[in-house]
Amino acid sequence: MLELTAGEALARIASGELDSQEYFDAYAHAAAGDELGAYLWTAEAGGKGSGGQPLGGLPIAVKDIFCTEGIETTAGSRILEGYRPPYTATAVRRLREAGARLLGKTNMDEFAMGSSNENSAYGPVRNPWDGDRVPGGSSGGSAAAVAGRLAPWAIGTDTGGSIRQPAALCGIVGLKPTYGAISRYGMIAFASSLDQCGPLTRDVADAALLLREMQGPDPCDSTSVGIEAGVELPSRADLEGLRVGVARDFSHEAEGVEPGVAEVFERNLALIRELGAEVGECELPHAGHGISAYYVLAPAEASANLARYDGVRYGLRVDGAEDLVSMYERTRSAGFGAEVKRRIMLGTYVLSSGYYDAYYGRAQRVRTKIAEDFAAVFERFDLIVTPTSPSVAFKLGERTKDPLSMYLSDYFTVPMSLAGIPAISIPGGLAEPAGGGPELPVGLQLTAPAFAETRLLDAAHALEAAIDFTNMPPTSSASRPGAGGSAAGS
Amino acid sequence: MAASDWEPVIGLEIHVQLRTRTKMFCGCELSFGDEPNVHTCPVCLAHPGVLPTINGQAVSYGLEIALALDCEVAPRSIFHRKNYFYPDSPKAYQISQYDTPLASGGSLGDIRIHRVHLEEDAAKLIHVGESGRIHGSGASLVDFNRGGTPLVEIVTEPDLREPAQAREWLQLLRATIKQIGASDVNMEEGSLRCDANISLRPAGSSVLGTKTELKNMNSFRFIERGVAAELERQRALLDSGGEVSQETLHFDPRSGELTSLRSKEYAHDYRYFPEPDLVPLAPTEEMLSAAREALPELPAERRRRYLAELGLSPKPANQLAFSPELAEFYEQAVDAATSADPGAVANWVIGDLTAALREAGVDAADPAASKVSPAAIAGLADLAAERKISSTAARQVLAALVAEGGDPAEVAGREGLGQMEDPDELESVVERALEAEPEAAAKVREGNMRAVGPLVGFVMRETNGRADGGEVTRIIRGKLGL
Amino acid sequence: MLPLPRITDVIDRDQVLHVARLARLQLSEDDLEMMASELSSILDHVERISELDLDGVEPTTHVVALENVLRADEPRPSLPRERALEPAPDPAEGAFRVPSPVV
Ligand SMILES: [Mg+2]
Ligand SMILES: [Zn+2]
Repeated sequence: MLELTAGEALARIASGELDSQEYFDAYAHAAAGDELGAYLWTAEAGGKGSGGQPLGGLPIAVKDIFCTEGIETTAGSRILEGYRPPYTATAVRRLREAGARLLGKTNMDEFAMGSSNENSAYGPVRNPWDGDRVPGGSSGGSAAAVAGRLAPWAIGTDTGGSIRQPAALCGIVGLKPTYGAISRYGMIAFASSLDQCGPLTRDVADAALLLREMQGPDPCDSTSVGIEAGVELPSRADLEGLRVGVARDFSHEAEGVEPGVAEVFERNLALIRELGAEVGECELPHAGHGISAYYVLAPAEASANLARYDGVRYGLRVDGAEDLVSMYERTRSAGFGAEVKRRIMLGTYVLSSGYYDAYYGRAQRVRTKIAEDFAAVFERFDLIVTPTSPSVAFKLGERTKDPLSMYLSDYFTVPMSLAGIPAISIPGGLAEPAGGGPELPVGLQLTAPAFAETRLLDAAHALEAAIDFTNMPPTSSASRPGAGGSAAGS
Repeated sequence: MAASDWEPVIGLEIHVQLRTRTKMFCGCELSFGDEPNVHTCPVCLAHPGVLPTINGQAVSYGLEIALALDCEVAPRSIFHRKNYFYPDSPKAYQISQYDTPLASGGSLGDIRIHRVHLEEDAAKLIHVGESGRIHGSGASLVDFNRGGTPLVEIVTEPDLREPAQAREWLQLLRATIKQIGASDVNMEEGSLRCDANISLRPAGSSVLGTKTELKNMNSFRFIERGVAAELERQRALLDSGGEVSQETLHFDPRSGELTSLRSKEYAHDYRYFPEPDLVPLAPTEEMLSAAREALPELPAERRRRYLAELGLSPKPANQLAFSPELAEFYEQAVDAATSADPGAVANWVIGDLTAALREAGVDAADPAASKVSPAAIAGLADLAAERKISSTAARQVLAALVAEGGDPAEVAGREGLGQMEDPDELESVVERALEAEPEAAAKVREGNMRAVGPLVGFVMRETNGRADGGEVTRIIRGKLGL
Repeated sequence: MLPLPRITDVIDRDQVLHVARLARLQLSEDDLEMMASELSSILDHVERISELDLDGVEPTTHVVALENVLRADEPRPSLPRERALEPAPDPAEGAFRVPSPVV
């Protein structure tokens, strides 16, 4: 039962082969036995839930960055420990209204800042493919839960790759929609001009199902527009007539791409040609500067977004402070983890007097150039393909000492976030990690112009069928070496 | 350098709370004087994940104010985040406009307007003294009811030269915004707040001296006094060879003292950057013409019309034009009057009527709310102009109107206060007066006109005040051969 | 465009301390040193954008081409006060209590 995609489960529930409550309970039990550290909170089995249509009472795991009324929401941070929001995020509300039931809140890098899920205040998440490795981040809990049979599907957020990269590292599908497609209301802000909600699923059709229910304008989010043309469920079996662009210096040939990842990418390219697409070379001359621009803009916005955690209205306050400033400083220093502090510092610095033009102003212009690059490519191509991540899942602790090397994991995903365009990661195959060992998933990233989600999903669907990846880790989560132990769980 | 050789340079920064129903960025209702924290929501408490949404009515009011101040509305303006930590700022940033304000480059009267922009108000912080938990220091309570109230900030160019001019100009601004209906503009309640930037420079120089900022003076009187006190302080400093240092000052109206608001906290660095949660404002032609059409006749234009077309002198023209309620009442009275001229009607409205209302303990600022109608004041002015009623009698009629309303001619008739129509009757009363007060008559005959009082008093008593004082004096002089 | 300040050797301990104060973060002596070196290495990478010719390029603040998204001035229910104060670390007298700012 836990091997089914959500779409398959829905079909069986509709035909009476599967009982919706039984299905929910099976997952609630699985989630309660989580040994990956994927969940921070899980729903009780047996609880009655509405089983409305079209999502038929299916359970869904929700990243702990989405506010859920009355249910603890921490964004992976100590500073929000015990915080129970007085309202629910629009995306979650829409899923509930569409008949989905909240299965649990998933672990994440604190305030979505990280690419390994090691920055959670509530312990790391383990990769279901290898318990000694990271699931990626920041939506690491969501990705691990879906890959590890602890949830049929999940939602997460993507600011510079936080859905796509963990999806790639866990061998599942992860979609970052066009900026503005889904309301950000109730999604705890990291970098407001980049944050976007999206699905993490077992196949492309499931991603389309969730996107279809969540997208749409929201009066509570001035920057939300929805996808005007709507979202069609993918049906394509070939790529006939599609022009697919590959940028040489922004693909498998880029510096730092693991040989295994490059190999899988080349195999995927051959398959794309076989499916009838015309593959051509394109140029994204500024994409390589994406990380630089991103690590100015995102921390700058974050430094303001995280200033509200001040011990006054909710969340942690460190007592014993004699005056206001020391109350602020003690509270924030105790409540935030090292990576969050680093980014607040970076963001505060680049906005501070005398540096704005040199950093922020310049980064905004690089952002313009990157968007222009994509626009130019899309005049000649329908899609762009790249690897999702330069490497397969790395070992826990491997990159924590070197922030910059961690930041470079998002090399291929950040430019799309800066341009606000949709991109999806699908499993492209398995590859041996750089240091040797059992094979691990490699993600293939497809990118389309703004609001062309239907085209993107269609192509990903055709490719997914041709790649025929088995996106379940070979063993069950319980018997994996290295699992359990120090991983903090629900 | 002699004291008189310094020229004051004054600029004002005004914050106006808009009279919308809801807050700037959320749907909480505006309130004044309610229990603390009863008008809050996740948005104005800055809970995690919330987003602001712009109140359209606040933008409309902003545009109306900008147009009333003859400003150029920016084709595109954006909001910024102004970062600072303080308990009255729940997000730890204020959403405001920075390098692209809603409008700029206007004027009101002789004073140029630098910019007009939209922003949100802070919450209220109440100091409550020592708290039980935190020994040795005080505690404050935060009330978020006011937090997020829409504000329009208006910044003038440093065109003002005198404290009194600053007060008068601020009154004109207040009247203008009141006329638009965009705000209650009540200084005591804080819906109109004013800071002043003050400096001195050598007369004739165009270089600006070091300025100080005088914060939050909460009445028109305090503005005049505060600015005067600060100019005095700067003058003394400069005259003794000292230097003005850039600082923020607070004026205490009770002691008349200026205190420096030197914060022990870290220096400000607001780290402005564009607010990513809001999209730009780009007022359409439709929005602009709606704002234009919503504008009533404004005080400056009204004053010009009173001077040029109604022939009022500057003082009553200002007084009427700067008060929308008085002006409205006055214009209805002018329209209703048949023989009294606009100047006479003005005197009745701002002189006698205001005094009579005050005496009766009625709100004199809004005569339309009293029992006296504009038509009644017009009728009374007409009776006086036609000399059908004496000024003493007119005052009695007015008192009756204030007390119970009605028509002035009717009141005058009923109370027997009509002017004496028969000249022979008045002559005979005067003759009786000369007989009854021989001493006074003798003094007047010798040319001492100040002695006329007892004679006039006699006539008034005899006629129940219906006689016209001027006429009585004329007859007395005639009888005594003067 | 202004010349980009050299940062690698500029972001020293004192500057980190200044930024930490602006951000209301308290850093230990060790943290300060570490932060200075980490920020320097990140900024060193970031600095690569100074090689680009960006003259005449408009800055992007929003990727969605929207304007005038306005809300009708209609009241929406506020939170009951008890709910608003429920998560407060130090509620008192219907308000949020804080240590007094030092003025
Ligand atoms: Mg202001
Ligand atoms: Zn509110």
